[in-house]
Amino acid sequence: MRGVIERLGRVRELGIVGATVVLFLGTGLSNSGFLSIDSFRDILLNTSIIGLLAIGQAMVIITRNVDLSVSSITGLSAFTAGVLLADHKGLPIAVVVVACVVLGALWGVVNGALVAYARIPALVATLGTLYVIRGVDYWFAGGRQVNAADMPSGFLSLGTAKIAGIPVLPLITLVVLAAVGWGLANFRSGRELYAIGSNPDAAVLAGVPVARRLLTVFVLNGAIAGLAGVLWAARFGTLDATVATGKELDVVAAAVVGGVAMSGGVGSAWGAALGALLLTSISSALAVLKVDSLAQYAINGLLLLAAIILDRLLALRVAARLRKKSRERSTETGPKVAEVLG
Amino acid sequence: MSEPTPVLALVDVSKSFGAVRALRGVHLDLFAGEIHALAGENGAGKSTLVKTFAGVHRPDGGRVLLNGEPVVFHGPADAQHAGVAVIYQEPTLFPDLSVAENIFMGRQPRGAFGRLDRSAMNAAAAELFARLGVVLDPSGPARGLSIADQQVVEIAKAISRDAKILIMDEPTAALTGREVQRLFTVARTLASEGCALLFISHRLEEIFALCRRVTTLRDGAWIATETVADLTEDDLVQRMVGRELTELYPKVDVKPGEVALEVARLTREGVFTDVSFTVRRGEIVALAGLVGAGRSEVARAIFGVDRWDAGSVSVEGRPLRAGSPTTAMAAGLALVPEDRRQQGLVMELSIERNMAVTGMKKLRRGPVIPAAAERALAADWAARLQLKYSRLSDAVGVLSGGNQQKVVLGKWLSTGPKVLIVDEPTRGIDVGTKAEVHRLLSNLAAEGLAVLMISSDLPEVLGMADRILVMHEGRLTAEIARSEASEEKVMAAATGRRGAAA
Repeated sequence: MRGVIERLGRVRELGIVGATVVLFLGTGLSNSGFLSIDSFRDILLNTSIIGLLAIGQAMVIITRNVDLSVSSITGLSAFTAGVLLADHKGLPIAVVVVACVVLGALWGVVNGALVAYARIPALVATLGTLYVIRGVDYWFAGGRQVNAADMPSGFLSLGTAKIAGIPVLPLITLVVLAAVGWGLANFRSGRELYAIGSNPDAAVLAGVPVARRLLTVFVLNGAIAGLAGVLWAARFGTLDATVATGKELDVVAAAVVGGVAMSGGVGSAWGAALGALLLTSISSALAVLKVDSLAQYAINGLLLLAAIILDRLLALRVAARLRKKSRERSTETGPKVAEVLG
Repeated sequence: MSEPTPVLALVDVSKSFGAVRALRGVHLDLFAGEIHALAGENGAGKSTLVKTFAGVHRPDGGRVLLNGEPVVFHGPADAQHAGVAVIYQEPTLFPDLSVAENIFMGRQPRGAFGRLDRSAMNAAAAELFARLGVVLDPSGPARGLSIADQQVVEIAKAISRDAKILIMDEPTAALTGREVQRLFTVARTLASEGCALLFISHRLEEIFALCRRVTTLRDGAWIATETVADLTEDDLVQRMVGRELTELYPKVDVKPGEVALEVARLTREGVFTDVSFTVRRGEIVALAGLVGAGRSEVARAIFGVDRWDAGSVSVEGRPLRAGSPTTAMAAGLALVPEDRRQQGLVMELSIERNMAVTGMKKLRRGPVIPAAAERALAADWAARLQLKYSRLSDAVGVLSGGNQQKVVLGKWLSTGPKVLIVDEPTRGIDVGTKAEVHRLLSNLAAEGLAVLMISSDLPEVLGMADRILVMHEGRLTAEIARSEASEEKVMAAATGRRGAAA
């Protein structure tokens, strides 16, 4: 028998899956084109980058922190990828990918050092680096724009290529998801992230290397944001210093909708990725249903609130159940304990 | 006679926090197989000493010796590797993780590819619980465990580390008599297996029952290390407080007045059933029972924090609305909760803010709360309660446990209540402050306040209460008058044995 929390976690993620299915069926009823393979493929493609970022963000939020600078890292990485490819023809794509991932990881080191060692609250520290990195991006770009025509077609095809009919970008996201999801659930270091988020003081006392773990989390999240930048470059082709501006909030929203609580210690990478899928699907569905794109913001916001309210209700129900269970247990085992003591 | 080398020793250790000298020239040595007690009032430096052993604090002066060799713990991890395990007063668990994961955090058994082996982990936890003689679900979440169960998890954690040195910082504060006996059995077993134990408790009888030697601290200074057998309780109290303790239970006899609080057939589904009693003006009524018997829950329901499903509560004849602390407060109820850190105080806020928080309506001038009025109120109560503090603007978190409790009391007394409900008023409080709290409660009752006191401390219940109500598994099982009360009677009713009721 698994713990109630794990069962609850599964229920939580099932809820998102359920909501997504309802959304697809509902929209499909009004416009059957929404249920076509092409439409699915499109939604997957649109989910891949936000989903990737949400997976990284989930790790950070689980430790009761947040990283707002991911959009800036993604933007800088995307533009860097574009410039490398445009100005150095013949540079292997693998080198560009590695360079961008390393670039993201280095900014992750900055974030991690500020949060883990300088003890600056993550919200403030990463809000700062959000602007700093975007500033670096503007300075580096100097008004320049890299266009699809400047980049090798081999790279751009990454954005459209398919393996067995599935686009490559979501596959990359899936690979990262599998790795992060498995690591969070099954590595000691992964469980320690939950411990840090659940009770930071207890984590210190339990001998968890809190600062080191936090640094690692921010570095990994930075690296993921760097990778997301490369994917962005391959998918959209037109790159300037404004790439991905404001996406950090979508990413946080996706994670929260996916059941990763801002109070830390709860949630999974799978949930965050599903949250991203749901948010993207809603945007697509609203577009298909010809809802004003401005109204989409309000709808996304309502969804976020609904997710948080649902979360709270679930927590209350679990608390009530635990209370009942603990009472039952004490009545059941009362005589037994007495025997042991007697 | 050649002394064996102590497993762990402090030699002339000092530690300061800013201007506060928490420890001055402290000596302490722990030997394998010995249970050593650490005694001292709150604020005497016991917690600092524990944290020095645990690697949380590094001493400013003096040395820590591990098996006779000087050692420096750079953090809790270092201390753990050296075999030191600490069971803290306030259990430090991860509420979102499973019980087994709480025990094995950072040391979870692993299979292939570093994958956690959850079934091996749960089995190992179950084995530990069996050894401790308790029934807990290793795969269940830590959230919702009672404090006694959380303590058990902490002990299992320490045992699982094969700790050679076990430091228990007031492990018994929240335990019932039986649970304490269970803990003592475990402690003795561990000592016989060659562990060195340091045991901290405010209950002197526990020190005398369990320990061989006792080291006393007062105001951060080392006072004495003596063999327990050569001491009396009075000697030990005198070492701790440096003065004769007048009386620990200064109960004033009061002729009870009219009924102030009446609880009739109060029921909350699955928590408590059919609870009826009255408290008169001038009376101290104790609500005794085992942890988890539903005493705190009754108090929370009376005060309106939780709803009740059936029954009624009235204050001075006027019925209260269910689930409304505001009406309860307006009717003259005050509740000093069990867990002062979580429910009684805002730890980051200043002493004056915490005291004034219940009196905002009275203090406010239009929409503002004048700081001067806030300060005057706090200063008044601080003086009446003999609060030890440096500035009223200091955060409550820096005060010792006893002084924090005084702030909570002051906060509620300033509302001028007719009925005061106190839940474990002296848990984790040193002997000196305990007597002050008792005197305060006694005087308040003498002034006509009705006091309902929930307590797991039997001597306190017997010493302070005019009447004792005993709960067992959510029901009242006995009402015992002061003149007829004895430990045996209360315990018999609390454990549900028949023939207990007077």
